[in-house]
Amino acid sequence: MDVQAASLIGAGLAAIGAGMAAIGVGNVFGSFLESALRNPAAADGQQGRLFIGFAAAELLGLLSFLIAILLYLKAA
Amino acid sequence: MADQGKVDPMHQFEVQKMFDMFHVGGHEVAFTTSAMWMIVAGLLLWVFMIGGMKRQLVPGRWQVAVEGFTGFISSMMNANIGPEGRKYTPYVFSLFMFILMLNLIGLAPLGLFGVHPFTVTSHFTITGFLAILSFAIVLIVGFWRHGLHFFSLFVPHGTPWWLLWLIPVIELVSFMVRPFSLALRLFVAMTAGHVLMKVFASFIIDGLAASPAIGIGVGIPSMALMVGISGLELLVAGIQAYVFALLTSLYLNDAINLH
Repeated sequence: MDVQAASLIGAGLAAIGAGMAAIGVGNVFGSFLESALRNPAAADGQQGRLFIGFAAAELLGLLSFLIAILLYLKAA
Repeated sequence: MADQGKVDPMHQFEVQKMFDMFHVGGHEVAFTTSAMWMIVAGLLLWVFMIGGMKRQLVPGRWQVAVEGFTGFISSMMNANIGPEGRKYTPYVFSLFMFILMLNLIGLAPLGLFGVHPFTVTSHFTITGFLAILSFAIVLIVGFWRHGLHFFSLFVPHGTPWWLLWLIPVIELVSFMVRPFSLALRLFVAMTAGHVLMKVFASFIIDGLAASPAIGIGVGIPSMALMVGISGLELLVAGIQAYVFALLTSLYLNDAINLH
């Protein structure tokens, strides 16, 4: 197949990574909420780490979005 | 009207020239929309801070808002760096407020008044420059304080001697990726959010252009989703500004306190 078609297919495959980012971010917040409900007094102190974890998980998902955009713009 | 049906979601990120300024070495330096919105953000921040500096003993609402932001960043720096963080609080505070204001301006519903706000932080050059600024400060502070001992940052405590060929390499790579990840995170979050909103808006417009039945069937759920996504984008604007400032303070902690 020609390069343009392959690039578009690759962009579609790379976008699957964005869905996996959703799982990762949900994991971070879910774990925080679960443990915060067990120990509410200690929850506020860990909020900083919650956002660090969110940023790290989101970044890696956004990297796959970046690849998808690069391939899409290269093809179109 | 019919041939204008294609809505381009990437057109909103195009930087347009407003007027030419001067020549530098064969390159034309012009005043662009990006520069204009950065000046608007600076002016709004200036007005915001001035309004909160009346120093009343019993603060009014504006002063409470300003003190809320300053106290928030100050306590974050204290928690992450310690008392030595006070020196860097003005920089991190300016960084946080500037990024927050730029993100929020991009979301402002000024389209009602015919103004098209431009999200300055949706360009990798802008966020890249802010990330390079933070990273340069981290490097300068680290080498100024510790000299060559700064490189002990790449050999964590308790590393067994038979891994010394691998661990510093991994640590160095993850250290050098930091400015790139800082810039990329903010840039992609802003760009993706705005593209998403433009795409949903195009659903509504194309639906209405097709027929009234399709317009209502597609337009009403899209409108509801857009309201939700706009709320999410406001949250993301705040979170991304906070994460940028938080990670800058953590990297400064690495440079100042080494371990």
